[in-house]
Amino acid sequence: MIDALPPALTMMAGALALPFLRGPARSGAILLVPLLALAQLWALPDGPALTVGFLDHTLTPVKADALGRLFATVFLLMAAGGGLFALNQKAVVELSAAFAYAGGAVGVALAGDLITVFVFWELMAVASTLVLWAEGGELAARAARRYVMVHLLGGVVLMVGIIAHVSATGSAAFGAMRPDSLGTWLILAGFLINAGAPPFSAWLPDAYPEASWSGTVFLSAFTTKTAVYVLIRGFPGAEILVVVGLFMVFYGIVYALLENDMRRILAYSIVNQVGFMVTGIGIGTEMALNGAAAHAFTHIIYKALLLMSAGSVLFMTGKRKCTDLGGLFQSMPLTTICGTIGALAISSFPWTSGFVSKSMIGQAAADQSLAFVWFMLTAASAGVFLHAGIKFPWFVFFQKDSGLRPPDPPWNMRAAMVLFATLCIGIGVFPGALYALLPHATAYEPYTPAHVVDMLQLLGFSGLAFFVLLPLMKRTLTITLDADWLYRRLGPELVQVVGGGVVAFDRAIRKAAHLSLRRLLDLAARTHGRSGVFARTASSSLMTMLTLVVLAGLLATVYG
Amino acid sequence: MTLHDHLPALAVVVPLMAAPVIVALRRPTAAWAVAVAVSWACLAISGQLLQSVLANGPFSYLLGGWAAPWGIEYRVDPVDAFVLVIVSAIAAVVSLYAKTSVAKEIDPDRQYLFYAMYVLCLCGLLGMAITGDAFNVFVFLEISSLSTYVLVALGRDRRALTAAFRYLVLGTVGATFYVIGIGLAYMMTGTLNMADMAERLPAVAHTSTVRAALAFLVVGIGLKMAAFPLHLWLPNAYAHAPSVATAFLAGTATKVSVYVLLRIVLGVFGGTGLLTALPLMELLMAMALAGMFVGSAVAIWQPDLKRALAYSSVAQIGYILLGIAFLSETGLAAAIVHLFNHAIMKTALFLALGAIVFRLGSARIEDIAGIGRRMPLTMAAVLVAGLSLIGVPLTVGFVSKWYLVEAAIGAGLWPVAVAILLSSLLAVAYVWRIVEAAWFAKPSDKALAATEAPTALIVPTWAMAGAAVWFGVDATGTMGVARAAAAALLKGVAP
Repeated sequence: MIDALPPALTMMAGALALPFLRGPARSGAILLVPLLALAQLWALPDGPALTVGFLDHTLTPVKADALGRLFATVFLLMAAGGGLFALNQKAVVELSAAFAYAGGAVGVALAGDLITVFVFWELMAVASTLVLWAEGGELAARAARRYVMVHLLGGVVLMVGIIAHVSATGSAAFGAMRPDSLGTWLILAGFLINAGAPPFSAWLPDAYPEASWSGTVFLSAFTTKTAVYVLIRGFPGAEILVVVGLFMVFYGIVYALLENDMRRILAYSIVNQVGFMVTGIGIGTEMALNGAAAHAFTHIIYKALLLMSAGSVLFMTGKRKCTDLGGLFQSMPLTTICGTIGALAISSFPWTSGFVSKSMIGQAAADQSLAFVWFMLTAASAGVFLHAGIKFPWFVFFQKDSGLRPPDPPWNMRAAMVLFATLCIGIGVFPGALYALLPHATAYEPYTPAHVVDMLQLLGFSGLAFFVLLPLMKRTLTITLDADWLYRRLGPELVQVVGGGVVAFDRAIRKAAHLSLRRLLDLAARTHGRSGVFARTASSSLMTMLTLVVLAGLLATVYG
Repeated sequence: MTLHDHLPALAVVVPLMAAPVIVALRRPTAAWAVAVAVSWACLAISGQLLQSVLANGPFSYLLGGWAAPWGIEYRVDPVDAFVLVIVSAIAAVVSLYAKTSVAKEIDPDRQYLFYAMYVLCLCGLLGMAITGDAFNVFVFLEISSLSTYVLVALGRDRRALTAAFRYLVLGTVGATFYVIGIGLAYMMTGTLNMADMAERLPAVAHTSTVRAALAFLVVGIGLKMAAFPLHLWLPNAYAHAPSVATAFLAGTATKVSVYVLLRIVLGVFGGTGLLTALPLMELLMAMALAGMFVGSAVAIWQPDLKRALAYSSVAQIGYILLGIAFLSETGLAAAIVHLFNHAIMKTALFLALGAIVFRLGSARIEDIAGIGRRMPLTMAAVLVAGLSLIGVPLTVGFVSKWYLVEAAIGAGLWPVAVAILLSSLLAVAYVWRIVEAAWFAKPSDKALAATEAPTALIVPTWAMAGAAVWFGVDATGTMGVARAAAAALLKGVAP
């Protein structure tokens, strides 16, 4: 069955081959394997390309359609660009794991049934853990341990859900579902855990910044976006996703504003951006789903670009805290430009890719007369600009002069950044190419004068607010950015109230969970540890006594 | 009658006769060669039996031509044949591995004893699986148990003696309970033939004698299969036995005991209606769940990896018992397929640990630090089998887990389905610990001096680890047999 999983298999084969290659052969393989898989992907006809029998069910491990192809395409683009960026990564394991990870993501995107989804889902969990782990430090190892536990737990939830759903419906096919039975609820929960939804949002910013300078680039792309993909396919229009998505939007903003580690800022902003997509899926109209899919596509590219620029800084300086960085534009001009393009794209600046995709979600909310949702999304857009659009490039590349004068990174890292920056601008200027790939036909036109002016106003005012409040931000590093910096009066209060609520909810849940988990672990360690009651060597008489007790119990049962 | 017709008897007679031959030969290499030849012959016989039972349905063989129920009947149906193949396949692979490892761990002048006990144990296990006579089961049980005590006692240090002695005491208690149970049933039915007994028991099912028989049998067999909380003999026995013995026993001994449980409790007592009338299955389920969690949790903290994996076996027996306790076709099939799957992966793991002991002289967690780069093939096998133990897709562990969860959901027991998967997360913890120590910890002094294990140890280890992947990708064959076996067993169980 394995020899017929074309694009995913190519990536896996590449992953297995990489450790045995050296020098130019290795570099060549890193660059060519994703492109080969991409060619295979586009040669796949629509519909099931393969069926196999596994555990009483007929599986369709490869089934292409517009939606799957869109996601698989961007995953493979990401693998190619990330591979180029990571050519000088010394840790052999990392790229192999990253290719297997990308293969898993492609496998999910092309899976025609839930069992295949689960198989690739688990593969991604293991491979991404290895990417994280390959960093080699103790912090990364610990983060990897926490990361894998969350994902395996998510796998447990997903597996129970899938088995229940499959045995209830008799079919393993992966199509649109409604969360109306325990099985489908569990599947939804399993998907959401990977998407970084509450109360499991913390795994993402906890783990991603601990990976190596190149590892984070890979990690940012696949796990959350496959979750977005399966949500689009599995639960379009599930209302609960609107609430979950909005929560994630604000969760990401609030924590990113508080953060000092440059890559953790960007990790929080992943939660925030995925929140936009999840909201779109919850709205569920064709426009909204198109928007979610398109936003996933563009987000992968600009977030990778941002993390590449952060990775370049880390690679050249070894520093990751905003407070240690600054003024790098003088010696790293290319990195600065590329990082800024990424920052503009994530802020949905007109003529960047973020603008043409995110505006679809907002438009869908407006079309459905979901005023509140539309309003929250618009307010959040200002917040995105603050934390990712300005805060990241400002503190890393500009602000005070840190005295660091590293040059731009090696050619391959520069090339990868230029490539992705070009994509960001290209999609922004020519959105038609992206729209043609979307699952539903669309005639959406992002560049209406009103929309462009609106967006520029929003960005202009929040940008102004950032600099007005800059001293405040540096000094206290808390959420006091609620002055009159939004041109709509309700905006600031919303961010304040919602943000405060998000933080309170998140902290309360995590505290309670941590506490009970710790108690449980302590108890388990006491009773099951090396000299715990369950681990002790028992004497013959004790064992015999125990046997008699069991016999007595059984006799009582059979006579009772 | 041709030789082919005598295959059921040969499966037992060949290893039984080989034991005195080995003792007579005494030379280690010759003894080993006989053990290998016998193990592979048994595998060929078992394979033949499985093939003909799948093609032509169950058949009987009358020992000495005496008709049942007076004579001893060997009955071969899909369940027996499946267990025969599992046991002899593991014996065959392990026998190839034995020479190198035994030469290192056991004195030359005692090695022939090891091989003699090895084939005797094989004889006992195969006999338990093939016989259709309840008392004959006891005879073979004792043959396998007594030889197992000796195998354990041949371990490298003196703790092996204590472990063997405790196992002997408990094993004898278990066997005695079994005989008491069979004796009580015999009192009421006047027969020892299982099929005959199953027919006559329903008429006397209301008597307290039959009920007491059931209780004694469950406890007796539960002891032999190391069901929680009757498992206490197992960790030390596995930890201190020679590596080869541990690998062989972990894959076979407890599995055959599970088979006996299926045979006696479901096959013989199934028709009485007692299984559903009494909360017996609920009790077994509670034991299973407790075993799953306690066994896995203890494994997380154990410093000796052999002991850790022994505790993991307790947990795995819990899964099998759980599948049985559902008393449904899916549940039974899951239990039976897990017999096979767990046998494969646990044997692979213990063989790999044996290779580590061969090089390091120890399998303690602090000694294996950094061993991953020194013994990459061995540790890769540990990783593959470990992933299977967790139940990662495309390994046999996943197949078992899938059907077990499906059975739990089919029975409407949601919390149990979640418990199965949560306990598999504990397996993640103890496998992760090994992986972390092997690849990411600072190498220990012992690890620095180590090199990759010899080919004679690597090949059998990887045969098992490879099988764990092979049958995980294509589970059609194993599941087909398990389903057929489950359906056959369930037919005799009164609702």
